Amino acid sequence: MNKVKKPVLQVKNMKKHFPIKGGIIKRTKNHVRAVDGISFDVQEQETFSLVGESGCGKSTTGRSILRLTEPTDGEVYFNGEEVLGCTQKEFRKYRKDMQMIFQDPFSSLNPRMTVKSLLLEPLMTHKLYSKKEALNKVYEIAERVGLSKEQVSRHPHEFSGGQRQRISIARALIMNPKLIILDEAVSALDVSIQAQILNLLIDLQKEFKLTYVFISHDLNVVKHLSDRIGVMYLGQMMEMTTTESLFNNPLHPYTTSLLSAIPSYDRNKKKDRIVLKGDVPDPANPPSGCPFRLRCPQAHELCETHKPVYQEVEDNHWVACHLYNEGIPERKRIRL
Amino acid sequence: MKQFLKRLRKDKVGIVGFVGIAMVIIIGLLAPLIAPYGPEEMSQTHVMEGPSKEFIFGTDEFGRDIFSRIVYGAQVSLQVGLIAVGIGAGFGLLFGLISGFFQGKIDQIIMRIMDVFFAFPDILLALTIVAVLGPSLTNTMIAIGIVFTPVFTRVVRGTVISVKENEYISNAVAIGVSPVNIIIKHVTPNIMAPFIVQVTLGLSGAILTEAALSFLGLGVQPPNPSWGVMLNDGRALMEFAPWTILFPAGAIIFTIFCFNLFGDSLRDILDPKLK
Repeated sequence: MNKVKKPVLQVKNMKKHFPIKGGIIKRTKNHVRAVDGISFDVQEQETFSLVGESGCGKSTTGRSILRLTEPTDGEVYFNGEEVLGCTQKEFRKYRKDMQMIFQDPFSSLNPRMTVKSLLLEPLMTHKLYSKKEALNKVYEIAERVGLSKEQVSRHPHEFSGGQRQRISIARALIMNPKLIILDEAVSALDVSIQAQILNLLIDLQKEFKLTYVFISHDLNVVKHLSDRIGVMYLGQMMEMTTTESLFNNPLHPYTTSLLSAIPSYDRNKKKDRIVLKGDVPDPANPPSGCPFRLRCPQAHELCETHKPVYQEVEDNHWVACHLYNEGIPERKRIRL
Repeated sequence: MKQFLKRLRKDKVGIVGFVGIAMVIIIGLLAPLIAPYGPEEMSQTHVMEGPSKEFIFGTDEFGRDIFSRIVYGAQVSLQVGLIAVGIGAGFGLLFGLISGFFQGKIDQIIMRIMDVFFAFPDILLALTIVAVLGPSLTNTMIAIGIVFTPVFTRVVRGTVISVKENEYISNAVAIGVSPVNIIIKHVTPNIMAPFIVQVTLGLSGAILTEAALSFLGLGVQPPNPSWGVMLNDGRALMEFAPWTILFPAGAIIFTIFCFNLFGDSLRDILDPKLK
């Protein structure tokens, strides 16, 4: 576990609402609250994971940090500097230090460009090296991620999914960024390839002193890689703590049910699978109070009327749930 | 390119179109060698003669050899087709890229102007423009170019919007590539397939429009040999000398047919989903 260092990335109360337009004059009828007030810090050289089911806003969070979609509200600090206030053009100078690896290796590389030109592009865009130095750098980084010299002159469609993801990694890495956001970076790959790519990512993190924000729905992958984990539900952070304490001591009922859904190979380990009732509510019409209350096995009256405060209930363990509020009788926690 | 020819070879219909177009181009380029007479060379002894060994497509009211005029007319038709489509495709590409990539207000402005052009029938719009500019070959090409701009703009805009959804565009933004470079390097190469197809279809449309304008007397001016002009000349003689109108019409039909065949097979060849 990393000691507390200075945060590379701070996200404060970030919101992203997508307008729903309707009617003849296309007026805004409502908003989809994809991300609804999220805050977290990411320390230097740590891996911070965001987990949650589809549609909970974890990808939108990642894209909003890099301003691929403009967040509706909130603040993002990168190395202590506020980066949401500036224009897109001014923001470009930060992009060199904050990179992203996308989910689908089949659509994240321009099919008309060779690997060489794909890797050269970031260097040429930021004018980091002369043409000759840049070429050397391309071969160096390609080799580091496991691509041979001949492969560099090929087109993306000649590669498998795993190899393409290596190209994406090389492309993000070539500028020596500080922070890489991995948006479901291994979800589209086979399990065996996943392991290879994850190990590569772990090695590269040590070698290049990288900070990762890892977005995933796969708790096994997340457990393997993360220092700290944030659990999202319906655009809000439910629980955030270290990997160890999340898996051993989950506090939020949603986290507990998520963990109970992890498939296990161990037949002796008896598990009580907590099956949630109902579906994820519509993010355009979120329930009053706690967003999870409609499906929560431990919901009570207060959950309906008051939104739970997101607070640090144990050391380095944040949770948004009324069960951990003072003044409410301690309830039995669900244990695995 | 190699792959392209390989796939073209498999498509028999495409080859017919391709060969036909190549033939028209060669005939146009080598017109002085192929044509037995000059395009404006008259003969008082051979007026309105039917097809014979000497004049294989017959002669018109001034004793001009129709075959020679068709051969020279190919030059005019191709010139009009290429330049008019060049103008239309160039502006269409520019407007379509801007409109589709940036969207928002600029898109609204461009597309509403294009809608106004769309509202007029092609010929009527071309006629109006030529009437304002004055009838000549150059103005015909400009007019057809303007008429074709909205079609290209729409095709390009639609494709840009779908290409923009790909993650490699987000990826380029994340890397910090400027919008202009994203358009040039990432968007444009990926919209080329439908664009090229539209160009071949536009070529046949342009040739047809030129013929129509010339037929109405507002395109290429006589005695210049254009297929449309020849149709117009032969119109009055249709009953006595049908060959004066049959052969130029046949040339137009043949050329457009070939362009359409080729355009159709290009669409199949360039569609990456059919790979």
